Order: sequence, then C-alpha cells, then structure tokens
Amino acid sequence: MLEIISLTLFVSGVALIIATIIGVPLGAVLALRQVMFKKIITLIIYTGMGLPPVVVGLAVYIFLSREGALGWLGWLFTPSAMITAQVIIALPIVIGLTTSAVENVNPELRLQIRSLGATPNQVMWTILSEARAGVVAAIVAAFGGIISEVGAVMLVGGNIEGSTRVLTTAIVLETRKGDFGLALALGGVLLTLTLVTNFFLLRLNKR
Amino acid sequence: MTPLFHLSHIRHNYNGRFVLDIDELTIQRGELFAIVGPSGAGKSTLLRMLNFLESASAGIICYKDQPTPSLDLTRQIATVFQHPILLHRTVRENVGYGLRLRDQRNDKQVDEIIARVGLAAFAASAADSLSGGERQRIALARALVLNPEVLLLDEPTANLDPHNVSLIESIIREENEQRGTTILLVTHNVFQAKRLAARVGLMLNGKLIEVETTKNFFENPKDERTRKFVDGEMIY
Repeated sequence: MLEIISLTLFVSGVALIIATIIGVPLGAVLALRQVMFKKIITLIIYTGMGLPPVVVGLAVYIFLSREGALGWLGWLFTPSAMITAQVIIALPIVIGLTTSAVENVNPELRLQIRSLGATPNQVMWTILSEARAGVVAAIVAAFGGIISEVGAVMLVGGNIEGSTRVLTTAIVLETRKGDFGLALALGGVLLTLTLVTNFFLLRLNKR
Repeated sequence: MTPLFHLSHIRHNYNGRFVLDIDELTIQRGELFAIVGPSGAGKSTLLRMLNFLESASAGIICYKDQPTPSLDLTRQIATVFQHPILLHRTVRENVGYGLRLRDQRNDKQVDEIIARVGLAAFAASAADSLSGGERQRIALARALVLNPEVLLLDEPTANLDPHNVSLIESIIREENEQRGTTILLVTHNVFQAKRLAARVGLMLNGKLIEVETTKNFFENPKDERTRKFVDGEMIY
C-alpha cells in the first residue's frame, strides 16, 4: 500500500512540477506579451483543458511503443511514461487558467510598475505574484485532474504491481476483483492525499 | 538651467484621432512645470511618453539628449498616477517595490519615506485597506523612495480632502526646492498650478496652446483661450 501511495505521489508530483515550471511562465507570456496567432493558441489550449485522459494515454502509448517515434526511450510501462501522459493532461490546465488569472489583473498595474523601473521580466513576475490566487487555483485544478485520472496511466503504465501501480489503477483492479472494501479504502486514501496536497498548495496563496 | 527633456514634432493618435500634437517643448532640469487643461486634453498621454511607457506615433522625445534612453536613464524618472494601483501587499512592501527591482533593498529609507508621507502607523498594514488619500500618499512614497531626478505627477491630488492636498503639495514643493527634482505636474486645477509651478502650459485637444512663466500665464496670458481657462470662463 505504501508503495502505491508513494508512486502515486511521485508520478503526479513530478508531472505537476514539470507542468507548473513550463505552464505558469507560458500562461503569463500568453496573457502579457504580443503573441502571434494568440487566438488560435488560446483555442488549442482551451481544447486541451478538456482532453480525455484516455486519448492522451493512447497517443503517448503510440509514440512510446517499440515502433513509435519515441520508442527508443524505452519508457512504455514505466513511471516515466505515466509522468509524460500526466504532464500532457496538466499542461493546458495550468497554461489556460494562469492566462486567465493574469488577464484578470488590472492592466493599468503593468504600466504603473513599469514607471517604477520594472523590466519586462520583472513586470511578468510581479503580475504573476498579484495573480497568485488564480495561479494556485490553476495548479490545484491540474493536480486534481492528474491524480484522479486512470485512463492514461493504465494505458501507458500497464498497472504493473510494484512498478507502475498507482491508487487509481489499484482501485480499478480491486473493483474488478470484487473487493469493494479495499477499493473504497484506496479511494479514501486518494481523497485524503488530494486534501492534504491542496491544503499545502493553498497555503502558498496565503504567503 | 539645462534642458532635460526636449520634444520635437510629437504627434500621437489613437484609432485615427490625434490626441497629441506638440511641435516643440523643452523641460529644464530642476524646474517645476505644470500643465493644465481639461480632461481628455492629452496631458496624461504626454506624461506616459515622458516616462517612455508609450511611444509617439511620430516625432522625437529626448531625455538627456537620448532619444531612446537606456533602462538606467529611464529609471531616473518616476510617475505618480491619478488612480494608483497598489500591489496586494503591505504599505512597506509597496513603497520598497521599486528599490527591490533595482536590488537596492533599504528598509530604513523605506520607513523614512513612509513617515514623511504621514503613514508610519500603517507601514505594516495591507495597502488595500487604506483610504483613497492614503493610497495616493503610498503612490507618492513609492516614487520618492527611488530618489528620482524627474517626478511626473498626474493629478496627484484629484478627489482628495484638503488635508491630503496640503500634505502632498508640501512634499512636492520640498522635493523640487530641496532636492532639485525636476517635476512635471499635470492638473486641471489652475490654482494648484499657480501655487506650485514656476512655469505653466495650457493643453487643449492635444496641443500646447501657451507655455509661460506662472506670473505671465496668470496675469498676462497671450492667448485668449488661456485667459478664458484661467478666468474659469472656458466651458469644457
């Protein structure tokens, strides 16, 4: 059980960190800078926010399979494949909600902090800091999306005991076996993990 | 006095409408120059251009003879806006913000400036929780703490009570007289311009109608529109 919990946290935690590191600055750039094809990019990102995890899993599976473009990596049925799939699911959520949060900061503030000598990068980080409630909400939403998804990690991880079994795939397995009590207990653990993680993420907002 | 800003053939338009049309204007180092005029005359646009926050559609603005001044030069200029937007942080963090941008954190200097604008008791309070007058004083403090060579003030006392107006005006005067800060004051209040400035310009529909010493501007205006504006006869 401990192994499943730690792998769940590891896979979703690493995926969330990668998605945050890439997604938050990209969301800010999209909101603050003149970007070519901004409307089309926004449309793609908003569509990505609703990507069915199983479709992501299928795409990652095809790319990572032996004949796939990235088959040489040898990641299929490893935590790396699961992290890859979860990053793809989380990234549009982080970018889309960060963009929206940054756009909601009074545009006049940008001008005023520039008048105090802020460089374009300093403007971006200040505005992100002002939008931190929305940015934290973006990260929380992405975390909720990936820790609870089952389709992608099942496809690309394979639910291998001791290797790629996480809480959601374990719940599916126990349900199929008819052990509803254990499945429910695992569900409770998953909810508790999400609650505790969100508690710490929300504390970021208060700082 | 030596020229600090020189504007030459400045034209600026928004959506095809000219909002600024200034042939020549020189602002001298150390002067307190006021621009008066009705709302929508282009005064705030001019300030944004002098702070290099916005580019003119045509023409050149030189600061210290530089048409495209470096970051080090533009950081010598600070603007206090009519409607200051503060960060969702404490008063002390708001006032120290510009110094942090320059990696020059100086808590003592920040606290001194906060005391100077009469907000020492609120230094640790959230800036959001303060009144309009107090927020305006924070905006002034966050500009002053940078020891700017040029202070651009956009209606710094609009909608404030007499106590706050008097406090802010005395700080403006001190900055100019004691530190030699060049100040460009934009106001629709001719009496404030008369009280503070050494030179006054009238701006109407994006054009500078008349620029004169304060005495001549108010006592012997050359342009009929200036006389009407000063006498309160101009309806706008």
